Amino acid sequence: MTENASRAGSGELLRLDGIDVRLSGREILRDVGFAIRPGEFTGLIGPNGAGKTTILRVILGLQAPSSGTVILAGEPRGKSGRSRAGSLVGYVPQKLLIEPDMPLRVRDVVALGIDGNRLGIPFPSRARRELVTSTLRAVGADGYADARVGELSGGEQQRVLIAHALISQPKLLLLDEPLANLDIRSAQGIVAVLAKLAREQQIAVLISAHDMNPLAPVMDRIVYVAAGRAAVGSSEEVLRTDVLSKLYGQHVDVLRVHGRVVIVAGEDGADPASPGALTGQPDPVFGSGAA
Amino acid sequence: MSGVGHLLRYIAEPGLLSSGPVRIAALVGAVVAITSGAVGVFTVTRGQSFAGHSLADVATTGGSGAFLIGLNQFWGFLVFGVGAAAFMEIIGVQRRRGRDVATGVILGAALGAAALFLYLGSETTSTTGASFTILFGSIFVIASSTVPVLVASGLIALIVVVALSRVLLLSSLSPDIAAARGVPVRLVGAVYLIALAVSVSLSAVAIGAVLSTALLIGPAATALRVARGPGRAMATSAVIGVIATWLGIVLAYDSYYWPPRGHGWPVSFFIVAFVFVFYLLTYLRRPSRPGRGQVAQTAADPAGQAGPGERACSAAS
Repeated sequence: MTENASRAGSGELLRLDGIDVRLSGREILRDVGFAIRPGEFTGLIGPNGAGKTTILRVILGLQAPSSGTVILAGEPRGKSGRSRAGSLVGYVPQKLLIEPDMPLRVRDVVALGIDGNRLGIPFPSRARRELVTSTLRAVGADGYADARVGELSGGEQQRVLIAHALISQPKLLLLDEPLANLDIRSAQGIVAVLAKLAREQQIAVLISAHDMNPLAPVMDRIVYVAAGRAAVGSSEEVLRTDVLSKLYGQHVDVLRVHGRVVIVAGEDGADPASPGALTGQPDPVFGSGAA
Repeated sequence: MSGVGHLLRYIAEPGLLSSGPVRIAALVGAVVAITSGAVGVFTVTRGQSFAGHSLADVATTGGSGAFLIGLNQFWGFLVFGVGAAAFMEIIGVQRRRGRDVATGVILGAALGAAALFLYLGSETTSTTGASFTILFGSIFVIASSTVPVLVASGLIALIVVVALSRVLLLSSLSPDIAAARGVPVRLVGAVYLIALAVSVSLSAVAIGAVLSTALLIGPAATALRVARGPGRAMATSAVIGVIATWLGIVLAYDSYYWPPRGHGWPVSFFIVAFVFVFYLLTYLRRPSRPGRGQVAQTAADPAGQAGPGERACSAAS
């Protein structure tokens, strides 16, 4: 416990160490480790199916790791950890499209972020209403507070869901592919909102994306996931041909075109889908050693 | 009041409100409609209309079985409905696609058993009305001794669903968010399914096992088209159900004097017809969705297209 306390003292909000996840014999994650400090903007980058969602689910306590530890705000996430995550971590899941017949206005969705996990019916109050309004304003969604959430566009719904995750004043915001299926402008808007939250309210943001480029200007750090393993560091440290080739277990080229990063698979090498492709001693940039 | 009395006299035959069966029907009908209305909002929102139909089908078996052994049908509806809810939970009906095929096969078997029970029942007791009562309802022949049980069951189901409303909404929004916030999503779903079974059983008593989901889904679907916010949707759905039920009772009472004379029309027909008409009426309103969206957007951003926030935030960055 003293060790954990010292870690909390060192300013780490979240630390994953040596996380392995095996599901019905298949290795999903292997030796994933990284740490996040308050107000940091971290991109969880990698191709579809690499294990990004599983990492987020482990942090949320929705997926128990086969081995490894998750330390959230100085406390190991254990069997008792669920409700703890409730107040510390806000979560925007992937591919959440709300149907038009969902009887929720935008402000109802956001209010569910306050106490949607409780029994009974909420007591309407002025303070409650103003909290909802100010949270919507923080994500630039106050213009449609009374619209039905199912009638909004994908980008507008994302803002509402961010407000929903934000209203319980979490220290860490997890977003799973929030930019997928958004047009460029909506995506830029969302990224700007998140960067502002991280900067001004010291909320740590961990955002998964298969395309890193919209996030490039604001990311403090990259957790690059491929084939169930993660490489951690700054863009310069991670987005390198040698680092990513080792991670993928095959040769890949990291190309920079007009300030954008493109990763292109090479010809040779092992099956990138097999996590076993990476062997040998972990590079300093891999796994638990990195922070 | 006398104005209302005059109006009533035009609509209703004299003696309507002094008739014991009509009073019971009005009371039980209101309880059933309110419960079904509130429960139904979540049935529609959670996409569990099929589960509701399934429970109704299995309840038919229970009701006909209860009739065969001389029990009140409500107990048959209730026991089989709740049993079916538990079974559906076990085979995983909560999952998005449910277990359609398995459920479908079981429903076929259940209705087959109902056919046997109804046949045997009509053979032994020669009350030909029994099948009709079980399948299509009997709100005018509810024994006064069962009224307290019906009212209490309805209130319990209503209280459970209102108490769970926020958790149900959060789970409908995203089971993952709910689970991450410590909601026992599966348990909540199971409790809701049992409340749904109780509601279907009550509705089966009022308008028959076959029609019971009409009172569950119809008013809720109507309310979801016109009301905003979960509380208003539940209230609107309940009110629509009560109005349809009461109007149905009034007309069924009147219909005793319609051709063919001496045979009242089935009250379930009127109730379901009103539910259907109310639902159709919502389509006469101006298409609300695009309109509302535009109003909301133009209010903050006359240029339209991108939401007001997109621009503000791009500028801020």
